[in-house]
Amino acid sequence: MNTVSSVPHFIIQPQKKWKLIDFKELYKHKDLLYFFVLRDVTVLYKQTVFGLIWAIMNPVFSMVVFSFIFGNLANIPSDGIPYPIFSFSAVLPWTYFSQAMNGATNSLLSSTSIFTKVYFPRIIIPLTPIVSKLADFFIAFVILIIMMLFYNIVPNINIIFLPFLILLMVLSAAGIGMWLSSLAIQYRDVRFAVGLLTTLLMYAAPVVFPASLVQQKFGDVLYYLYGIYPMVGVIEGFRASLLGFREMPWGLILIGTVSSTILFISGTYHFRKTEKIFADVA
Amino acid sequence: MSNTAIKVDKISKAYLIGLKDEMHENLGNAILSWLKYPFSNYKRLRKLNTFKNNQESDDLFWALRDVSFEVKHGEVLGIIGANGAGKSTLLKILARITEPTFGRAEVYGRVASLLEVGTGFNLELTGRENVYLNGTILGMTKKEIDRKFDEIIDFSGVEKFIDTQAKKYSNGMRIRLAFAIAASIDTEIMIIDEVLSIGDAEFQRKSIAKMESLARDGRTVLFVSHNLSAVKAICSRAIHLYNGKLAREGDVDKIISAYLSQYSKDHTVQKWNLESAPSNEFIKLIKAELKHQSENGEPLKSGDPFEFEFILYNLQTTEHVLDIVFQLKDELDNLVFVGSSLDDNYEKVKEGYIKWVCKVPANIMNQGSYSLNKFYLIKDKTTVIYEHRNILSFEIMYAFDMRIGDIGRKEGIIKPKLHWEMCVLEEVES
Repeated sequence: MNTVSSVPHFIIQPQKKWKLIDFKELYKHKDLLYFFVLRDVTVLYKQTVFGLIWAIMNPVFSMVVFSFIFGNLANIPSDGIPYPIFSFSAVLPWTYFSQAMNGATNSLLSSTSIFTKVYFPRIIIPLTPIVSKLADFFIAFVILIIMMLFYNIVPNINIIFLPFLILLMVLSAAGIGMWLSSLAIQYRDVRFAVGLLTTLLMYAAPVVFPASLVQQKFGDVLYYLYGIYPMVGVIEGFRASLLGFREMPWGLILIGTVSSTILFISGTYHFRKTEKIFADVA
Repeated sequence: MSNTAIKVDKISKAYLIGLKDEMHENLGNAILSWLKYPFSNYKRLRKLNTFKNNQESDDLFWALRDVSFEVKHGEVLGIIGANGAGKSTLLKILARITEPTFGRAEVYGRVASLLEVGTGFNLELTGRENVYLNGTILGMTKKEIDRKFDEIIDFSGVEKFIDTQAKKYSNGMRIRLAFAIAASIDTEIMIIDEVLSIGDAEFQRKSIAKMESLARDGRTVLFVSHNLSAVKAICSRAIHLYNGKLAREGDVDKIISAYLSQYSKDHTVQKWNLESAPSNEFIKLIKAELKHQSENGEPLKSGDPFEFEFILYNLQTTEHVLDIVFQLKDELDNLVFVGSSLDDNYEKVKEGYIKWVCKVPANIMNQGSYSLNKFYLIKDKTTVIYEHRNILSFEIMYAFDMRIGDIGRKEGIIKPKLHWEMCVLEEVES
């Protein structure tokens, strides 16, 4: 028989206080997150002819289209980098961000049958696509490496900052994912709006153009304000650390880190504040 | 060490219903009405802040109201009550799926809730992958599942197909696998809702046996079911919820018989005296009753014979053939059959008390709720002279027979016991 101290004990009552992530509880349910992620990754490409190739197809296709339209036709400057690899180094984190954002938005809606039946930390549900979409990201990363070999680009010392940039990318996606998932379960409009938002955010990010263009046209103040959108720092950081054609944009990265941290913390607060009604509004 | 496993203290749960313009499923509407009615919104929000326990408001539905009880470690508590009494809401609160509006509960021990089997099953995944997915959803760790994997597969009987996609499983296989996972859970406290109501007789027998062994192991179990016989077999104590409130708690036999007698008192008999009887120029209705033979107030069970008794006072001085006709309907409003006294009796009657007894033979009725939805009298096979709606309603309970595992409602409106013969025509020597 268990002794008193080892018996888990909890109290059920209306929660008034706001709370952030309960890491201890989350750790106890880490296997659930693992199997949710595994499920997403396994199921996604089941019964497809091309399987994992689809993970590459999306960003490669975007890169080809962008290179043709923006690189060739519109002649948008690319900081002196060949346009295909210039755009692919942005499409790569962008694809992750948009897929994770969309996945998180729909995550609660598509798992109502689970969370209305069993208790577990609800935050695992939107975290699942945040983690599982990394699989596609790393698969597509292989293409980037191949392109770098093709263009004979050797990264400089700044490559050591790449893990941090990936972390920042995940944090941004998680932050917006927290907001959108908990809003979408209550206001179903969000599910439709997120498609629009994705397009908007794509053209707002320096995917098809360099951030330096913003600096040239609008000046330093707007350039750093632009950095509030965390994907700006992520994408420009990717280009700097992988391709080495420009200085690490530390200003943008710093601003982005602050804003994405705020986004994540506020999103998590909102999620935790509203999670008690999920089962009632689902 | 305190022996309390669960202590529920004045738990209430309110749901906001109706008043459509105050609920915004749609962000556009929400923004619009927020712009239009900041003032009323402010009032509404303030009202939510000063939400009082005794608040009676039209737009609030109290699924639970001030429910308190305690469960000791090792106790198996049954929760009974009619549909909508708040049983499931109570379980959802204790399982932490939804939050109470007021009150608190303390739970000592690891809890697993089985509000359904197979939560989160993904048909694209294999049986093996589903065991891990469903197991972790139910709160197990990967290590625990590794340890119990063989036992689960054994119990489910699907070992041959364990690496096959679940979409290729039959329905029965999926249920068996899901149940095997659920059955492998060994937390101190288990919250179980109607898990027994699915699957075939074989599966139900297995799951009842499993529940009984849980009870014997000293596990704390909260068990909600409509299957009173199963509650009786498994639970030692029970609580009865009525309209969101705790009506009774105590020994399981006492609670169940009180619950049933409340049912029977309310609906299975209607009596009047001559003055107050519903009447017209032809007749006065004195009594309508459902009768059945059973020892010490046992409920009417599927398979039992029963009879309807009708007594009326005939005011007509001349002789007529009276035909008593009733429609028996089930809870889904299916017409089960029409009874007519003319089937058996053509005798003419004149003024005085008359009693009809209509015997319904054994082994016909299914489990369920029924009502004598229409009752009418026809004079001389032509004229309807009296009509009464919903004269009786009653419940036929599950017959609980462990031997044949016959505990549930069978498919079909009726459940006749058919006569079967079998003979071996030729046996092949082996």
